[in-house]
Amino acid sequence: MGRYGRNMNMLSKEENEKLKDFRVCVLGCGGLGGYAIEMLGRLGIGYITAVDKDVFEETNLNRQILSDMNSLGKSKALMAVERMKLVNPEVFVNAIVDEFNFENGKDIIKGHDIVIDALDNIEGKLTLQDICEELGIPFVHGAIAGWYGQVTTVFPGDKTLKFLYKKEMRKGIEKELGNPSFTPALVASIQVSEALKVLIGRGEVLRRKVLFINTFEQEYEIIVL
Amino acid sequence: MIKVKLFATFREGRQKEVNFDYFEGITGRFIINKLNIKEKDVAIFLVNGLDGKLDDPLSDGDVISLFPPVGGG
Repeated sequence: MGRYGRNMNMLSKEENEKLKDFRVCVLGCGGLGGYAIEMLGRLGIGYITAVDKDVFEETNLNRQILSDMNSLGKSKALMAVERMKLVNPEVFVNAIVDEFNFENGKDIIKGHDIVIDALDNIEGKLTLQDICEELGIPFVHGAIAGWYGQVTTVFPGDKTLKFLYKKEMRKGIEKELGNPSFTPALVASIQVSEALKVLIGRGEVLRRKVLFINTFEQEYEIIVL
Repeated sequence: MIKVKLFATFREGRQKEVNFDYFEGITGRFIINKLNIKEKDVAIFLVNGLDGKLDDPLSDGDVISLFPPVGGG
């Protein structure tokens, strides 16, 4: 219990105990995903699936928490396993070194209680929504671009991403703005807080609401759908 | 008057808010054209906080919000 002592009493003892029984799938182990895995693991989520086909490269070092000088060239998903062995060995990390797509998506996601959308492309995010819809599994969407970010929690039937991305929209403003160190950490933090609330069934989530984050002018806007 | 609220990169080279004089038949498409914003760059178009259509006529006093797509991870 010592490890989770500071989670008391924002979580009840029973809630804390139950976290080890949950399975959370994190799609993408880069900017958002790295931080999400770190926070889910420290919370004590018992089973985390970490999905990413890529290896770390130098351009990841400005923001991706799982990357460092020693991990360059190594699998992002496998580094999540290594990291969690150091941080919280009570957590099992199932690494999947593969691209998430329509063909394998169902097999990857099924059996999880919730999914964290840490994907770096719109097409993948929309595929995730379709698959979660089919499987009846909620997911927490997060996206970043430069100073900006957005978060929403999507339950089966909501199809909120159809509102966020118009048809044939394939790239966002991150392609021109890049991503710094702080927006992934901020957006991932909010995503994990959302996932936790869904899992414990307590608190208010951003369901059919989209939080828009603007750290350049420190404006936080919630759109109610 | 139509108030147009711009978000994120749509503010570059513009203000956070722009006002347009109302006239009968004014649409969101007219406004984004005037602002030199391409339709394909608009992810979210809200009229009074609700999902709107670019070609629907607006009413005097409407507030429009424009957001670009954010898709990184």
